[in-house]
Amino acid sequence: MAPLASAHEVVRFVFMGEKPVFFDEMRRVDESPRQPYIEYCAWLDTVKSNDLHKKSREAEKFFRRTGITFNVYGGKEADERLIPFDLVPRIIDGKEWRLLARGIEQRVKAINAFLHDIYHRQEILKAGRIPEHLISQNAAFLPQMVGVTPPGGVYTHIVGTDLVRTGADEFFVLEDNARTPSGVSYMLENRETMLKMFPELFSRIRVQPVGNYPTLLRRSLSKCAPTRCTGRPTVAVLTPGLHNSAYFEHAFLADQMGAELVEGHDLRVVDGRVAMRTTQGYQPVDVLYRRIDDDYIDPLNFNRDSLLGVPGIMDVYRAGGITLANAPGTGIADDKAIYSYMPEIVEFYTGQAAILKNVPTHRCSEPDTLKYVLEHLDELVVKEVHGSGGYGMLVGPAASKRELAAFRAKLVANPSNYIAQPTLALSTVPVLTRAGLAPRHVDLRPYVLVSPDSIDITPGGLTRVAMKAGSLVVNSSQGGGTKDTWVLEE
Amino acid sequence: MLGKTAGGLFWLSRFLERSENTARLVEAGFRMALTRAASGENEWASVLTTVGCRNAYLARHETVTPNNAVDYLLRDKTNPMSVYSVMQMARDNARATRTALTREVWEAVNDGWMLLQDMLKRPVTQGDLPAVLSSIRQHSALVRGALQGTMLRNDIFSFSRIGALIERADNTARILDVKYYVLLPTGAPVGSSLDNVQWEMILRSASAERSFHWLNPGNANPKAIAEFLILDARMPRSLAFCYDELIACLANLENDYGDRRPSHDLSSALEAGLTGRSIDDIIEGGLHEFIREFLRDNAALASQIETDYRFYE
Repeated sequence: MAPLASAHEVVRFVFMGEKPVFFDEMRRVDESPRQPYIEYCAWLDTVKSNDLHKKSREAEKFFRRTGITFNVYGGKEADERLIPFDLVPRIIDGKEWRLLARGIEQRVKAINAFLHDIYHRQEILKAGRIPEHLISQNAAFLPQMVGVTPPGGVYTHIVGTDLVRTGADEFFVLEDNARTPSGVSYMLENRETMLKMFPELFSRIRVQPVGNYPTLLRRSLSKCAPTRCTGRPTVAVLTPGLHNSAYFEHAFLADQMGAELVEGHDLRVVDGRVAMRTTQGYQPVDVLYRRIDDDYIDPLNFNRDSLLGVPGIMDVYRAGGITLANAPGTGIADDKAIYSYMPEIVEFYTGQAAILKNVPTHRCSEPDTLKYVLEHLDELVVKEVHGSGGYGMLVGPAASKRELAAFRAKLVANPSNYIAQPTLALSTVPVLTRAGLAPRHVDLRPYVLVSPDSIDITPGGLTRVAMKAGSLVVNSSQGGGTKDTWVLEE
Repeated sequence: MLGKTAGGLFWLSRFLERSENTARLVEAGFRMALTRAASGENEWASVLTTVGCRNAYLARHETVTPNNAVDYLLRDKTNPMSVYSVMQMARDNARATRTALTREVWEAVNDGWMLLQDMLKRPVTQGDLPAVLSSIRQHSALVRGALQGTMLRNDIFSFSRIGALIERADNTARILDVKYYVLLPTGAPVGSSLDNVQWEMILRSASAERSFHWLNPGNANPKAIAEFLILDARMPRSLAFCYDELIACLANLENDYGDRRPSHDLSSALEAGLTGRSIDDIIEGGLHEFIREFLRDNAALASQIETDYRFYE
């Protein structure tokens, strides 16, 4: 059994007492380093802060040269920014990681089983574990996927499970990114940068490598190729194009996997296959790692105005002619309204209690809950059910009176569009500031690859860090930065 | 390879070549203006014509002044032919074809772009102009070196080379198109100092002044210059050189892909039109007409290559 944990049992609120207490992952309250950081701190004592600042500038130069930039929506077209990189690593113990990895694997298996069930027999609805309207009236549920089984039975080929930590043994899943999780290129380039900047650290501390992610991704995608495909499958990455905020990542992954980087207008349905326009004519694609949303993927089947997709690709997909990663319709599994049922979902499909905890979630669609949320708005984090990237979200304790009032009005007007969660006391890891090291809040996004016969979880993942003191929003679109994440060899 | 990628490589190289050519024209114009301050305006007008942006310039500025012309040619963002705009398009194409480029090539392009943004933030003073221009050319050489030194010799390399050669042939022909009258035997008395300066301007615009004088010590005459820039296949910016190389690149593609496309025959026909003729023959038939026709044919070949290799839908 894994009931929704009561907030007061497991979560330390930021503003419960007069002074917030945060769990710092590097140092205990008495300033002594925690176990995973002992070696690192010993090294740190020997380094001059000037040298660290110099390395930090070098790292920035390296990122600019390589072109690891992203475009900000709403910014000028040519506005390319760097995601701030902080060179103090986030270190996780090998044993801690094993537990997390087990929890993630369990969750990802459950999500795939859930998706298969929802698009086929819907046992979980029949069993009354999830209210039916949550599926039938959900925009992320795709009727076009009913009765369709993706090649190899895999729905979520790539998952990025967002985790937060509030104490030594307290981890929570914040979000299951089951559509198109981004950021993995930063995980890889952050490690590259650290290897370049601090080779001596890596000979001193044994860190589990992350560099084979692209190889595993290619292998994992290839294993999910349609059954009719014999020989080496042709893999391509579908990008919305140069001006997309994650274009660098799309190009990077295609390059590292040895796959073609295509846009919608490079593809066309030819003789019942999806084919790309090459210098020698149209050639079929077996696996498409698409980095565009369901809604835009096929103007004939979904959004008619989409110029990004491929007309008719869904028909080829339904006939088993191509693998789409992730499968269309997976959004139903990382919908924030569904999220609150994840403990039930994990239990229903795995027969075991969820290893990783959910953040207690208030569904504003329920009248009593809405009342509670409105009364406690200044303590809660309120998110749009379908939102992502930190857009359209309220962090109660950090909001002004005016912001609270404005959000209250939105909430009352459309309660079912929102969920609310307690403001978690996210753990901190120090970042290098002008005045020296100072703690900042972090989260963690490990990357999971799913194939018919394996689940690979890259040790570590992407640590996102709020660069502003006290801020709890780590999204890069909101000024957050990243850190290299080390999982120590056991 | 994707057709779009082939197109991106082709245009990446064209734009890189174009930025270098424009910088070289500005350099030649600047030098000319220094040696002949009085009629400097005419020189800038002819540079603007060569780059193909004279009318657009006159829509923005009433008169041709050296400062305005240099600014328009180097850093005006509204001018699609300015070095700034052209380099931006080069970098966009490099980003779009990043999966086909080595890290060295990408970084050379990206470094060049970052440096250029920095150098062209403010109007370039006369004192800084030589340094800025040579920096642009140095970066162009760096990219070319990275391409030569790190890229696999396959279709990716062929499409990059083809773009550069089409652009270069176009540029050399444009220089001749604007200045052809200086090279005609019926001009001002041969050997006048005016002609000497004009001839040098032509040679400098094509980075050909040293090599020409090696081959023709103390004997600059218009026919020899025309012959050198059109027919001498040893000279890397001559029309004959560009077409020799183009044919070799297209032959490599034929080899890679195992088939011949219409652009192969077209390029061979154009090359025959160059190698089969003497300079007397060309001048007799009309130098200007010859150049005009070449510019048209060269553009037609470019668009035939685009069609043959499916750059666009």
